[in-house]
Amino acid sequence: MRVMMSVIVTTEASDDDAEPYVDAEDTAPAWDAEQERRGILLHRRRLQPVEDATTVRVRGGDVLMTDGPFTESKEWIAGFAILEVADLDEAITIAATHPMARFGAIEVRELWTDEG
Amino acid sequence: MTDTAAAVARAHREEWGRIVATLIRITGDWALAEDCAQDAITRALERWPRDGVPANPGAWLTTVAKNRAVDRLRRAASEATKLREVGIMNELERWSPEAPSEIQDDRLRLIFTCCHPALALDARVALTLRTVAGLTTEEIARAFLVPTATLAQRLVRAQAKIRKAGIPYRVPPAELLGERLGGVLAVVYLLFNEGYSASSGDTLVRVDLAEEAIRIGRVLVGLLPGQPEATGLLALMLLQHSRREARVDAGGRLLSLEEQDRSLWDAAAIAEAAALLASARGVPGRYRLQAQIAAHHATAPGAEHTDFAAIVRHYDELLRIAPSPVIELNRAIAVGLGSGPAAGLELLERLDLPGYSLLPAARADLHRRLGALDAAAVHYAEALALVRTAPEREYIERRLAEVRAG
Repeated sequence: MRVMMSVIVTTEASDDDAEPYVDAEDTAPAWDAEQERRGILLHRRRLQPVEDATTVRVRGGDVLMTDGPFTESKEWIAGFAILEVADLDEAITIAATHPMARFGAIEVRELWTDEG
Repeated sequence: MTDTAAAVARAHREEWGRIVATLIRITGDWALAEDCAQDAITRALERWPRDGVPANPGAWLTTVAKNRAVDRLRRAASEATKLREVGIMNELERWSPEAPSEIQDDRLRLIFTCCHPALALDARVALTLRTVAGLTTEEIARAFLVPTATLAQRLVRAQAKIRKAGIPYRVPPAELLGERLGGVLAVVYLLFNEGYSASSGDTLVRVDLAEEAIRIGRVLVGLLPGQPEATGLLALMLLQHSRREARVDAGGRLLSLEEQDRSLWDAAAIAEAAALLASARGVPGRYRLQAQIAAHHATAPGAEHTDFAAIVRHYDELLRIAPSPVIELNRAIAVGLGSGPAAGLELLERLDLPGYSLLPAARADLHRRLGALDAAAVHYAEALALVRTAPEREYIERRLAEVRAG
């Protein structure tokens, strides 16, 4: 099955038991390389900062734009990876090895398929 | 209940989990599995009074459930899905109630899946009762004092998550087994405690949930005989349950261990627990240690003959593997009863458990034993403000009245 792992950045206010972020310990590239080596990484991207997001709505036929994210949230998605895994247990094991699991969180969701 | 109805009820209890477990493995469809098992039970209620109870009720129910599943799949199969459905139907045809090892594995798969840590705790509990133990949605809802619709929704959502999140239907591999078994045991023990002392409300003992937990505990020990913590949990539940008749007096008042009539304790359950503990090997884990503590209480001829020194040693071991202020509290009480109230009170001084009624209650009890009745009254009053069940309230009120009367 295919899952998307979203890398969630949290703030101290929202997640006070997360380890403080240490740049030198953010070994995400090594994690990517490991999943690539195992042949299960289908796609991965880091996103530009959430402050630079543009939120687009169409209301009454007009395109409305807001500078910034959809909600002023204390958590945001910093990047994502799509992987081919056997089941949720494998996904959990892999997600737990991502450095951002310690500094923030990894959200795991299976991609929608026609079987639901 | 007629003999036949009792036979159906017994077969329901014993066979439900097996039938559902195998149907889920083969079809991957939880709702279908439950419906077919339910149909088999309904059929038994119609047929057994007329035709007599079959020689092998389990095989009878399995065959009916299986045929029902084949019928349903045949009817539902469209051109697009036919290939897959045919594969499932072939596998169903091969399923024989006489292939025990595969069926045993299915039961374990079912239990581990229902208790998967990616499910919310209340969903794990509800699924385990519905699918493993075969309780109806109404029975579970009543036991947890929630509306049936809420409970039904919880079950539907949990089953959808299993399907949509890719929770595997399997016994975890060796590297995950210890951790996942810990999760299963936690669900079973939570169930037991929910039955043993309702967290709120007037009924202190909801025997049915405690008995369901013991039943699942027995299944686990049967399926995983080499797992000492599963054995330890079953022993612990048996020991706590052995006092169910003695915990309250004729007027429904809660009694402390030393006030209880020990002749009312269930000697068979205590003996069974002792044999289980004697059979367990390796370094004891948290359930086995708690069971050993309970066994010291259960086998003492009277409260004053309890081996508190041994109990304190077990608490020390427990604190090493699972440090918790509640265990420190229990250890302090054991010290107070074994080495004198002053020693226990000194240990209690260092504890802080906000909102937890048993801490002031323990302080009050040890002060009472010291003869410091005024201090005891202060702490009983503090405990009274925190208790959540009516029987506990009455117990503390009775104690408070005693110390105030001097």
